[in-house]
Amino acid sequence: MASRAHPNRLGIRGWVGGGRWGFERYLYTLHRITGLGLLAYFLMHIFVTSTRVLGPASWKQAMDAVSGPLFAVGEYLVFAAFAFHAVNGVRLALIEHGFLIGPPIEPIYPYATSVGRQRPLAVAVMIVAGVIALWGGLDFLTLR
Amino acid sequence: MADARPRTVTFRVRRFEPGRDERPRWEDHRVEVTPGMTVLDGLWKVKEQSAPSLAWRSSCRMGICGSCGMLIDGRPRLACNTQVAELGSEVVAVGPLPNFDIVKDLVPDLRPMFETHRDLRPYLLRDDTEEQDDPTREYWQSPHELEEYLQFSYCIKCGCCMAACPTVATDPHYAGPMPLAQAQRYDSDSRDAGFGERREVLSGGDGPWRCHFAGECSQVCPKGVDPAKAIQLMKRDLVFDLLRLRRRKPPAAVAEAPHGLPREGIPPAPPRTVPEG
Repeated sequence: MASRAHPNRLGIRGWVGGGRWGFERYLYTLHRITGLGLLAYFLMHIFVTSTRVLGPASWKQAMDAVSGPLFAVGEYLVFAAFAFHAVNGVRLALIEHGFLIGPPIEPIYPYATSVGRQRPLAVAVMIVAGVIALWGGLDFLTLR
Repeated sequence: MADARPRTVTFRVRRFEPGRDERPRWEDHRVEVTPGMTVLDGLWKVKEQSAPSLAWRSSCRMGICGSCGMLIDGRPRLACNTQVAELGSEVVAVGPLPNFDIVKDLVPDLRPMFETHRDLRPYLLRDDTEEQDDPTREYWQSPHELEEYLQFSYCIKCGCCMAACPTVATDPHYAGPMPLAQAQRYDSDSRDAGFGERREVLSGGDGPWRCHFAGECSQVCPKGVDPAKAIQLMKRDLVFDLLRLRRRKPPAAVAEAPHGLPREGIPPAPPRTVPEG
């Protein structure tokens, strides 16, 4: 018998529907977005540098095309995305192998969770990523 | 002087009648709030006073059966475990758990979750089928071994974790927090020998490796089960097993008969109530 139930899967809204939810959910979403951004940059980077095989003129033309202020800001965003993705990746690698989340415990209300247990690490990740991004920003400003 | 008028709130309830409605719609009902009133109590009032056809699942009214999981003010919770006063809003929005199809109004179709749960064989897997069918004694287990899985055994299968998980939201093939946590509950049980069998199911792309610790399942779990922890511990076990670093022990044996203890004063066991054979 065909189901007459109505589909109710949140889809992509489930990533960003974090208005009243946890901090780690934002990190999860940001990690995915920065990952996709880095992938897009990587593909573009391969395309631009591959013009070198067509000769110096093509290379210069390609480099001129990506030298405007918009691309400078874009490059900085790539760097900031890299800073977050790398540092948060270390956090995830540790947690996803069962470290820093503690052993199973007796659930006594108010419940302590693995999310709370690793929260200091999550905060530290944001601080370290922020410092790296800031340092990179100063570097970008002084170089240009 | 305090306002003596009874406080009322609006219950904004998601309605869907299969065969009649094209898509779910919101419906508002004014409800008088009494001290200690739960969202489930409020739904009963709505049903009694203005919407007799309103449908939902509920049973025990004390957070044990796991039937009344709903999306309450944007967060998956048990309706019987959530007091209207604690929400602190004038409008209480109640919808069915997301990431499950809607059967009617607030009733989600939980079958996909339970089918995955069944596929992961949530019971003790052992070779001694005769002993399991007709037990002679309990399997021996230390308190420390019990603690390895006890937290995960409190799961009431309400589906709140599945509704909160952002990966389940976009990936219908992902096993999800509840079935995975329950697989870990048995994998970490010293009486179980089914790790290898479950690993075959879990090692695919729809298993624990799809989880990236958004942590929402653990935040919303009404029983403190912490499915996110169970899934990360499962991943560690799978990696350690691959690297041959996981301790492999035979499943716990049947406990020996007590000896050296005084038996005086302990009455004999009552006769069997189920016929043998």
